[in-house]
Amino acid sequence: MEKTWNNKAWFLVLPVLLLVGFSAVIPLMTVVNYSVQDTFGNNVFFWSGLTWFEQVLHSRRFHEALLRNLAFSFTILAIQIPLGIFIALNMPRKGIGVPICLVLMALPLLIPWNVVGTIWQVFGRVDIGLLGRTLAAMGINYNYATDPVAAWVTVIVMDVWHWTSLVVLLCYAGLVSIPDAYYQAAKIDGASRWSVFRYIQLPKMHRVLLIAVLLRFMDSFMIYTEPFVVTGGGPGSTTTFLSIDLVKMAIGQFDLGPAAAMSIIYFLIILLLSWVFYTVMTNYDSGR
Amino acid sequence: MAKIDLSHIKHSYLPYPSRDEDFALKEVDHSWEDGGAYALLGPSGCGKTTLLNIISGLLNPSHGSILFDGHDVTHLSTQERNIAQVFQFPVIYDTMTVYDNLAFPLRNRGVPEADVDRSVRTILEMIDLSDWAKRKARRLTADQKQKISLGRGLVRSDVNAILFDEPLTVIDPHMKWLLRSQLKQLHRQFGYTMVYVTHDQTEALTFADTVVVMYEGEIVQIGKPDELFERPSHTFVGYFIGSPGMNVMPIELDGANARIGSATVALPGGANVGAGKTIELGVRPEYVRIGREGLPVAIRKVEDIGRHKIVRAELEGVELAAIVGENEDIPADPRIRFEPKGINLYADSWRVELGA
Amino acid sequence: MTNSTQPGILKGEAMMRTQPAAAAPKRAPFDEALARKMRRRGQKSRYSWLVPTLYIIFLMLPIYWLVNMSFKTNQEILGSFTLFPSNPTLRNYMVIFTDYSWYSGYINSIIYVVMNTVISVAVALPAAYAFSRYRFLGDKHLFFWLLTNRMAPPAVFALPFLQLYSAFGLVDTHIAVALAHCLFNVPLAVWILEGFMSGVPKEIDETAYIDGYSFPRFFVKIFMPLISSGIGVAAFFCFMFSWVELLIARTLTTTAAKPIASTMTRTVSASGLDWGVLAAAGVLTIIPGALVIYFVRNYIAKGFALGRV
Repeated sequence: MEKTWNNKAWFLVLPVLLLVGFSAVIPLMTVVNYSVQDTFGNNVFFWSGLTWFEQVLHSRRFHEALLRNLAFSFTILAIQIPLGIFIALNMPRKGIGVPICLVLMALPLLIPWNVVGTIWQVFGRVDIGLLGRTLAAMGINYNYATDPVAAWVTVIVMDVWHWTSLVVLLCYAGLVSIPDAYYQAAKIDGASRWSVFRYIQLPKMHRVLLIAVLLRFMDSFMIYTEPFVVTGGGPGSTTTFLSIDLVKMAIGQFDLGPAAAMSIIYFLIILLLSWVFYTVMTNYDSGR
Repeated sequence: MAKIDLSHIKHSYLPYPSRDEDFALKEVDHSWEDGGAYALLGPSGCGKTTLLNIISGLLNPSHGSILFDGHDVTHLSTQERNIAQVFQFPVIYDTMTVYDNLAFPLRNRGVPEADVDRSVRTILEMIDLSDWAKRKARRLTADQKQKISLGRGLVRSDVNAILFDEPLTVIDPHMKWLLRSQLKQLHRQFGYTMVYVTHDQTEALTFADTVVVMYEGEIVQIGKPDELFERPSHTFVGYFIGSPGMNVMPIELDGANARIGSATVALPGGANVGAGKTIELGVRPEYVRIGREGLPVAIRKVEDIGRHKIVRAELEGVELAAIVGENEDIPADPRIRFEPKGINLYADSWRVELGA
Repeated sequence: MTNSTQPGILKGEAMMRTQPAAAAPKRAPFDEALARKMRRRGQKSRYSWLVPTLYIIFLMLPIYWLVNMSFKTNQEILGSFTLFPSNPTLRNYMVIFTDYSWYSGYINSIIYVVMNTVISVAVALPAAYAFSRYRFLGDKHLFFWLLTNRMAPPAVFALPFLQLYSAFGLVDTHIAVALAHCLFNVPLAVWILEGFMSGVPKEIDETAYIDGYSFPRFFVKIFMPLISSGIGVAAFFCFMFSWVELLIARTLTTTAAKPIASTMTRTVSASGLDWGVLAAAGVLTIIPGALVIYFVRNYIAKGFALGRV
């Protein structure tokens, strides 16, 4: 759409600017402020330059949390995106099945995140949980509280349970927007199912997939509540992701300086990675 | 190419059709000759697209069967029927090049690359897109895209029929004319069996050898363009074809005379129509003569449309249109008469043959 | 139909002139393999319903287990392993409905979620209109900056928020949580609404101005009804993200505005794991979400694509 140049439009944006500015800029300035100062208590601060940043960037704890978080994000993307596409492709297109599928599938998305954690915490417990009991009965040694592998699997399965539906719904929206004539033409051209997917469905899902990857990446990179409830970051620190680590540092230990520095680094990493994703995917799109 | 037989086809979108109105397509029993160019003409919702989709196998008819060259294909899928179809909106594979779009139907059928290449190049020549072969298909204009859709049908030399579903809807007017004449030329050269669905009478009449007029799920007439014009077998055909459409006047029949109010028109012959039917007289504006003889009329309006004038007149309270030459004068005391060969008689909307 | 005849009648100009269709090679000998292939492609997959069904079972099992537990006594939960409550009881729900500290959590949650939804959509509407219709100084940067707030980890903001709202004396109020959630909900609402608004042709605006509508009147009377589904979707998302968020909500509240989700975690650790009540509380937090989904079920697919399919 051709847009007209009109600087008065700023007035329409002003409320958003004030509100978000109040909620974002002031806290962010506080964070920046802390990140370059040190204190001996009593609210006395002094300039400390970039020491906190250096400290965080060189700390093993941060490196490990970052690696864990990256591994987690890429694992769930690798599972949720193909799985979501696969389920969306097999969804019914009309009839009573459609609203039933949509409502049931969307349900996990609307459950408070700590309740998601609670549900899985209970579900996986060996003493009272259906999953834990079943696995134990099958002779599988499963205990997410003590076994790092079990903890990881639980957290990943939980995230798949929680968020795959978002990918499904996005892809489904892309699929139903394809006019029937495309499928009919494909039939007439004798296309295989794979060709239909590759040349009709995938191109149409491209935009929504971009949204799905971005949202899923950002949210998984910020994940806090669900694993915190289930594993508390353990056993040891094997499921301590960046946010969990940050909260531990800021609220648990009240190390404001390092926490603030870490916040900024953390935020910048998300921005950078999101930007990379976005650029790569849009370039790929225009290049094709 | 194949001969297509539609044997007692009926279709309803409802699961349990009971009444006549439940059927989107009332009984159709007809054959399309091998190599014929047919047009399915009718207003929106008359069932023409339904019929087309039944031929292509996208729909399964609720009754009847369909035969290609005598083989029953009713239960075969679209893929197996080996037909080509061009849709209302151009369907192209966005991410492929023009060349790959055209090669797609052949590659799907496992044709060796060398043959694919030869066929695709020929088609590119035919549809005049050789220079665009390596371009992404989505960057083309609507008419170029539509040509690709057509090309994907033509590229398989063995298709049983090529079906067109209002293919020129999104094409610019001047391109419409060009594409249509290219289509017609293709038909003459290669003798494809073509079925062309449209609601535009000009498209239908210029494209097809045989025009099938549909109205409310029924075929009301099948004929050559001049038959539809001279002897519309249903008043709908009279209305729908021609510009302006046929004048239809309610009359009372009195032997070989028709009475319109207090006026009387002598018919070229008598007819036996039986009692209790609505009788109408149909005369095309081209056969209405305005002069100093005949029945007195009141002139309401004269529209000059260049080559000729359309006169809107009123005869005994019935609106009539007449076409007169550009230079003909309309007398101050106008009277009209109908040319005998242009007079058609209708009973309950269907044409009745006039006896001698 | 076979390869050998493929180029058949299409051999360029010379062929076109000399060879009428009838003389073109007749249909090739029937190719069995190809026919079978095409037949297979024509068949609809009969088992595709299995995929969504299995997926839904996977989704429902943990929820079922929670519901199951919420109707059991603690003895049954801990003592025996049953797929159905053997002595169904409503005690767990009674505990929640009769104890103020429990049910006030629900009221608090609903209050701040609704406040947040109203504020977010109200301020996002004019901004989204500006982004969808006009170009102005710094528009692209502003839009990107807004979206970056959606990328901000709540964990980063939790502590600074606490300090900010303490300074204004807003801690433990509903409005504090509602405003804090605006941080990520307003950008999202702007993004969604901009998508829907861009789908409305600009000519509609122009026609309205020519007809003498003032901007506010046009916006409320004509434009908003046109994008009503977009507003519904934006509201749905604001509701959703405000309802499910806990970290910030918990940090900013102590007692008076404490959300239900937070009440739950605390009771778990304090009261020696009353599993039945915990499960019942969990079930109750699922219900508002389920209701909201049910009401927007027809827009859900388009809504999740943010109007940008």
